[in-house]
Amino acid sequence: MPRVVIDPVTRIEGHLRIEAEVSGRNVASAWSSGTMFRGLETILKGRDPRDAWLFTQRICGVCTTVHAICSVRAVEDALGIQIPPNARMIRNIIEGIQYVQDHVIHFYHLHALDWVDIVKALDADPAKTSQLAQSISDWPKSSAAYFKGVKERVQAFVKSGQLGPFANAYWGHPAYKLPPEANLMAVAHYLEALEWQREVIKAHAILGGKNPHLQTYLVGGMSCPVDPNSQAGLNADSIAYLKELFAKAKEFVEKVYLPDVLAVAPFYLDWAKVGEGLGNFLSFGDFPLTDTKSSDDPGDLFLPRGVILNRDLKTVHPVDQKKVAEYVTHSWYSYEDDKKSKHPWEGETRPNYTGPKPPYKYLNVDGKYSWLKAPRYDDKAVEVGPLARMLVAYAAGHPRVKHWIDAVLAKLRVGPEALFSTLGRTAARCIETVVIAEQLIPWTDELAANISKGDLRIHEQKHWEPSTWPKEAEGWGWTEAPRGALGHWVRIKDGKIENYQCIVPTTWNASPRDASGQPGAYEAALVGTPVADPEKPLEILRTIHSFDPCIACAVHMVEPRGRKTFYISGC
Amino acid sequence: MAKGRRIVSISETAGADGMLAMLKHKGVSRREFLRFCAVIGATLAVPVEMVGKIADALASVRRPPVIWLEFQDCAGCTESFLRASRPTVAEIVLDLLSVDYHETIMAAAGRQAEEAREATIKTGGHLVIVEGSIPIKDGGLYCCVGGRTAMEILSEATRGAAAVIAVGNCAAFGGLAAAEPNPTGAVGVRDLVKGVPVINLPGCPVNAINITATVVHYLTFKSLPELDAWGRPLFAYGKRIHDNCERRAHFDAGQFVEAWGDEGHRKGWCLYKMGCKGPETYSNCPTVRWNEGINWPVGAGHGCVGCTQPGFWDTMTPFYRRLPTVPGFSVESTADKIGLGLAAAAAVGVAAHAVASSVRRKTKGTEES
Repeated sequence: MPRVVIDPVTRIEGHLRIEAEVSGRNVASAWSSGTMFRGLETILKGRDPRDAWLFTQRICGVCTTVHAICSVRAVEDALGIQIPPNARMIRNIIEGIQYVQDHVIHFYHLHALDWVDIVKALDADPAKTSQLAQSISDWPKSSAAYFKGVKERVQAFVKSGQLGPFANAYWGHPAYKLPPEANLMAVAHYLEALEWQREVIKAHAILGGKNPHLQTYLVGGMSCPVDPNSQAGLNADSIAYLKELFAKAKEFVEKVYLPDVLAVAPFYLDWAKVGEGLGNFLSFGDFPLTDTKSSDDPGDLFLPRGVILNRDLKTVHPVDQKKVAEYVTHSWYSYEDDKKSKHPWEGETRPNYTGPKPPYKYLNVDGKYSWLKAPRYDDKAVEVGPLARMLVAYAAGHPRVKHWIDAVLAKLRVGPEALFSTLGRTAARCIETVVIAEQLIPWTDELAANISKGDLRIHEQKHWEPSTWPKEAEGWGWTEAPRGALGHWVRIKDGKIENYQCIVPTTWNASPRDASGQPGAYEAALVGTPVADPEKPLEILRTIHSFDPCIACAVHMVEPRGRKTFYISGC
Repeated sequence: MAKGRRIVSISETAGADGMLAMLKHKGVSRREFLRFCAVIGATLAVPVEMVGKIADALASVRRPPVIWLEFQDCAGCTESFLRASRPTVAEIVLDLLSVDYHETIMAAAGRQAEEAREATIKTGGHLVIVEGSIPIKDGGLYCCVGGRTAMEILSEATRGAAAVIAVGNCAAFGGLAAAEPNPTGAVGVRDLVKGVPVINLPGCPVNAINITATVVHYLTFKSLPELDAWGRPLFAYGKRIHDNCERRAHFDAGQFVEAWGDEGHRKGWCLYKMGCKGPETYSNCPTVRWNEGINWPVGAGHGCVGCTQPGFWDTMTPFYRRLPTVPGFSVESTADKIGLGLAAAAAVGVAAHAVASSVRRKTKGTEES
């Protein structure tokens, strides 16, 4: 059976390799491999737990806030810290705009070129493009003159002969189905989204000092002061600026992103039957609306915590973090017993690279083949991400999620089963963006209302000094990163980090097989994917990109002890 | 293009428009373009009469091909690059260069992506931008792309390159992966690449304005900017954060934040006692700030963590422990001059400040200035 290899998988974060066997015109079997690691969990040992968020934040610069928030929550859980309401609200606002900005970048800059043929945009009639744009949205940038300008711009770019990042792609592939006008409209919005993302993320600079890698988190709260009577704190002016940015964010999401998804989807409805995957979904939930101090009891969450099994939307199972464990059967690590899984607090990892010596052509997929471990929940492979969150919220009767999912399904004239697919994953991400964008201004108003009551607290100062800590403590932190459920597990001893483990969304989704041969979400979702031309596996990219991979996050780092064995794989 | 298979190299192109003509297509007026040049000129700290020269250089240039390599990275520097300041600026920057290989944004994947990179290398004279550190332990197997090691790809891509720009602390100095105990043997670009000029633009991530300014300097003056001993351009890394900090007056007045959220914190006092590393860090953060000049970490109320300095994950941690001593008050001191030894007088000076802060406790409700 011919083996298709995609390495590098581009338009993702990090280094991912996909190998797939194609039988006839469909993928029969697929393997997902992370090909880079750095060593963070080892580097963290012995350091000050209050520093950990700065280190873990650098796991990923795309979802730049998520490891910071997860880390401070893990340490706060270990030390029994309840952060002040202002800090909770500021974290929600930071994370909310992160979702909105990140999802839009994903759709336009990482995913769209799987569906949009830029070259075909050159055949578009600007007047017809204008009609199309105005028929789906009242977004003002929609005149024939505007699209004529965009078209000329693309033409000038092509004429320059230097195609830069657009060179050598799969243009003209038969799987591209959009009419020229839809392609031109999408190209225009690709460029607009580039401008928009820079603008709206200024909210992170206001609250976090800079983006990427905000710098105002603290164990115990936040370090951005609030003071209506100071120019050095969050005041009426900064609140007004935030709201202005959030209005821009919401408008673009509702008038450009959502209409584009609804306009493009009908041309690709066959993708509502492709890329289903596992049918099991996990969400840790996020955006706490009340104040608590325990990760196991997070209070009211705007996006609920839960597990869905076997596509059963009638039942939301509760989440117990003790049921999370990782296998290394097919990962370049060894346990005492490679057939057994381990909970992250046990966190024992030894590297054992048995892969081919670089440069190599193929991995040995019967053995170990990835730097990613294989996390399982209650011994089941699960999918995490926007689709998991939206399904859990939908099943739990979340009013706004239900409203938008039902509206989108009705518009596309499909049932809920369409959500279990590559297209469903892409639609769920968009729906989630709409739902969160709606909340940004109300959440900012809520923060302003709390400040106006005279509450200026941003930090729980009681546990700042390590001298106040117990001799030993352990905790876990949680968040829903844009790409899915994220957990950090920490053990603290004598004021230092004794053990730190992260289980990251893409580790769940891109995981290799486990001891019983269960594939991870990517591997399962790719089975059955059509491949018209194995030399140009555009369709494989569609399904992989629908998950929004983030590989730098996903790779565990280990303590390099013990002997490494190398052998040249025989393929 | 029609079939999507042919890669066009620079030498093949003909009749391409100049920068200004292309910008006109993009709806960028000459005035906006000159304003951009003025911003770049200000960042480069060149006299105002140079702005015209910058504009001329940019308006006539063919876009130099760029290969952007990501190794042990987090894509934070890529994201930072996408945030380049002023709405039209990033567009201009994208059109200033021809980014022929960049895994995060390029349309092609797998073999086709590799072929695009190889074609550019073959032509030569390109710029290489590196993001992320390079692991060299165990033959470099901790980072592979297309089945080949980062070491091998870097060596191939930099052969025949005009210059290499290492963006972010990881590519410059090994950064995060090189933090103790450096499990993968991560190093920065300068440890591996010889015979090609390497410019370091550290930061975590790099500030986009420093990338654009460096590139424009190169295009305008046909030379590389002057560097310090760490390979950093003096225009961006020539001054200590502490000497340009908006909170410096509070340091001099002995007014320090003592607890997160206290009155001094709300009033914007000095963060030295909360662990700020500004006194030992060289960067233009306080003057160019971040995200179109909106803010910077110290402005937002958290100490500097020293992310432009080599080895900062080890030398600047714990982040919340105050620096034992602060170099003196002379703004003439550059990183090269200060070195590791600190004048005793400086230490005395800081001790005096700490005393002053306890003496000059504010009386409640009145702001000391």
